Amino acid sequence: MARPGIRPLPAGAAAGAATAPGPARPWGQLRPGVVALLAAALALCSLIWMFQGLGGGNRSFILWLRAVKLAGLITVGASVAVATVLFQTVSANRVLTPSIMGFDALYVLLQTLLVASAGVTGFAAIDPAAKFLAEVAVMVLLAGLLFGALLGRGARDIPRMILTGVILGVMFRSISGFIARILDPNSYAVVQSVSFASFGRIDATLLLPGAAIAAAAIAAALVLAPRLDVLALGRTAAVSLGLRFDRMVVMSLALVAVLVSVSTALVGPVAFFGLLVAGMAHGLASSDRHAVLLPTAGLIGALILVAGQTLFERALAQPATLSVVVEFLGGLFFLYLLLRGRIR
Amino acid sequence: MILGRRPAAVLALSALVGLMALSLGLGAAEIDLRSARSDAWTALVVMESRLPRTLAVALSGAALAVSGALIQALVRNRFVGPDTSGTSEGAALGLLAVTLLAPAAPIWVKMLCASVAAVASTALFVAIIRRLPRREVMLVPIAGLVLSGVLGSVVTWIAWQTDMLQYIGTWLSGEFSGVTAGRYELLWVAGGAAALAWLGADRFAILSLGDEIATGLGLRAAAVMRLGLVVVAVVSALVVTTVGMVPFVGLVVPNIAARLVGDDLRASLPIVAAGGAGLLLVCDIIGRVLIAPYEIPVGMILGILGAAIFLVLLYRSPAHG
Amino acid sequence: MIRIESVQHHIGPAPILSDISLELPKGRLTALIGPNGAGKSTLLRLVARLERLQAGRIAVDGQDIARTPTETLARSLAIMGQHNNVASRLRVSELVGFGRWPHHRGRPRAADHAAVAAAIEAVDLGPLAHRFLDELSGGQVQRAFLAMTFAQDTPWVLLDEPLNNLDMAHARALMARLAGVVRESGRSVVTVVHEVNYAAAWADHIVAMKNGRIFAQGPAEQVLNEALLSELYGTPIEVSSHDGRPLVLHHHAHSEAELMIRVAS
Repeated sequence: MARPGIRPLPAGAAAGAATAPGPARPWGQLRPGVVALLAAALALCSLIWMFQGLGGGNRSFILWLRAVKLAGLITVGASVAVATVLFQTVSANRVLTPSIMGFDALYVLLQTLLVASAGVTGFAAIDPAAKFLAEVAVMVLLAGLLFGALLGRGARDIPRMILTGVILGVMFRSISGFIARILDPNSYAVVQSVSFASFGRIDATLLLPGAAIAAAAIAAALVLAPRLDVLALGRTAAVSLGLRFDRMVVMSLALVAVLVSVSTALVGPVAFFGLLVAGMAHGLASSDRHAVLLPTAGLIGALILVAGQTLFERALAQPATLSVVVEFLGGLFFLYLLLRGRIR
Repeated sequence: MILGRRPAAVLALSALVGLMALSLGLGAAEIDLRSARSDAWTALVVMESRLPRTLAVALSGAALAVSGALIQALVRNRFVGPDTSGTSEGAALGLLAVTLLAPAAPIWVKMLCASVAAVASTALFVAIIRRLPRREVMLVPIAGLVLSGVLGSVVTWIAWQTDMLQYIGTWLSGEFSGVTAGRYELLWVAGGAAALAWLGADRFAILSLGDEIATGLGLRAAAVMRLGLVVVAVVSALVVTTVGMVPFVGLVVPNIAARLVGDDLRASLPIVAAGGAGLLLVCDIIGRVLIAPYEIPVGMILGILGAAIFLVLLYRSPAHG
Repeated sequence: MIRIESVQHHIGPAPILSDISLELPKGRLTALIGPNGAGKSTLLRLVARLERLQAGRIAVDGQDIARTPTETLARSLAIMGQHNNVASRLRVSELVGFGRWPHHRGRPRAADHAAVAAAIEAVDLGPLAHRFLDELSGGQVQRAFLAMTFAQDTPWVLLDEPLNNLDMAHARALMARLAGVVRESGRSVVTVVHEVNYAAAWADHIVAMKNGRIFAQGPAEQVLNEALLSELYGTPIEVSSHDGRPLVLHHHAHSEAELMIRVAS
């Protein structure tokens, strides 16, 4: 009878088994194919977006408008995608997005409080870029405090933390609505306009600071990629491997807060788009290593928005439909994930 | 803290009567309730506006709380309610569909469609959570909340495509300001459905112990599950069509009642009903007085108050309670 | 040596461990035994800094775990927990590869790949190295995690009920493997064991716990006697001998009768 199981390890195997067959290679080869292909597709769509149907009129002005919108779409797509992947890694759950956790509701609440304290005219008077930077800072601080406090109670009960976030999201939305109601109809309209997503309306004044902050956050996520791989193994394994688990969780959530602030400020809250993108990235990327996963997700996010907006704005003449369609597809994808039993 | 059943019931009932009296006395018109018998104007205000509103609030609250207790028993999880299991959104979706396809259909047909859609979406929820790993208690409410969100966005999308956003806006946020005599009576049916649940209370309590135990005790688990789903869905559909979505009542009230009198549904359902009616009356009264003469929708008040209560419950009970 | 001094642990108001002082010997296979709820897993998780130390002091080879950076500890001590599942879709070789992370922090060298291959071979998963974890059985996943723990190549290996999910042959092979690691490479292994006979057959050193306290400790042949085990588990237990090692008999019919008498009285 063949003896099953575990053979003694030859002494000094770590050094001695260098001749072992190569395939056991955890940091295996990047498959550049997918990333390159996505980048090429994004470049192509961007070119179409920029030059399709360019009339004889004020060319430089139209090109400028289009460039601003393109940059906005790419920033938002990449931000939402990277934020969602980070968040799914932290929560060890493939069906969650930061939006489900109430991150964007917190941002909208911040906006509302600002309107409430400054008044509608004051709200319009604040320098948008400065206001935005302050909001991002407050957002990181609040998200850090809130989720840091939740984590302090025991990082092991992540589902409870998520449920808390979901409920807080409902609460934040209600408080926003409540404050708006007891103010006056005008400010209610302002709050309403920042409470719904629209990819057609990108605030050009926020684009430069937003894109810069998002780029920095995405770069930071890429630097942290190897540690995120370890984080994904779960608390026991990660701590055993010497990762500063709690610190890493807080850092990831701070990056998520930054990226969500950027995308919410530029186009408003998007709930299920990130889910769709992260799901596609997990499907397309050759491995779950974040060094591959994050660029793949970012490119998919940007590609969907640029291609979708080109399609809806140019071909179908329905510039405002993209957000709804993307959300709807994301929702269907979520149901598919649930019914396939892919929640883990 | 476990109260005896009788003192708890007496306490709940007297609080409820007090709140209803308060609700009757509140409103834009200054009236003296004691003169209702002699003064025709006062009688008109009370009978046409105040009493229907008070009854609508109490009935909705009671029915929603009972259906919350039911769905918590059916899916064996304390952290779900009819508003976090896709039920209300399903009802809204069915209502939207029938309004689009057959705008002239009588109200009972619309109701039926809303109920059928609510049953379907709740059944979808149950099907989903049966596929979740058993250990992950907290995933159940998360799945329900996200499913509600998805269905809600479908509703918004269809309404937006068909220029009906304004129309469904009233369903999506529950509010009682439009209730007058003749426009709330369907809620009595919801109350009836909740009473039906009380008759089957023992079955639901047994089913909450698990399919295997229920089968072992000679219960047809699938049939009881179907009955429960129908009650929950009908209550949600009726409330959504009459006054709109009312969050958190079905979630928090059964939890509080379980703390006070335990989980034996036959004993606890009356307390649950009274508690639901009471909570909704309190929120409605707050909404009416805070920025009078304007009103804040009751759904918004509950979004804050209910969420706060829920968070307290979440952190006071053991994580996997 | 792992030195545990006056460690206490509470979860809420409930005491889990009370005043534990203990030394775990180096170069030995130590088994933690005891009834359910004795605090074995908690003690192991405290040593592995998975739980925050509430009172007392724990030092691994002289390194105070509360003060040593966690990266440093990861090169002295590896732990395999009870619930091993991963959200990301990983291949066996990728998972085991993470065992080398404390050594290379993201930039693996040839020696790391070799260690990974050796660890996979050692748990007999060579043919499955390229399969995804979600395509494996529970026992195979368990062995993949075990390989990751071995690949970490630390002087101390802590295992929390590693025999869960394993069939008889693999459980026996695992214990033999642990004993082999201790004998051949001088590493120290501490494992929580539920089935006391695995401890009896393979462990050098036994720590018996009950109600959050150390009930007994010492070489296996001293601790595993009838009086002590019967009291530890609160049920009559016979100890016989097989191949020069103690053999614990607790399935015996007349023990059942005694149990009935005990319950009746």
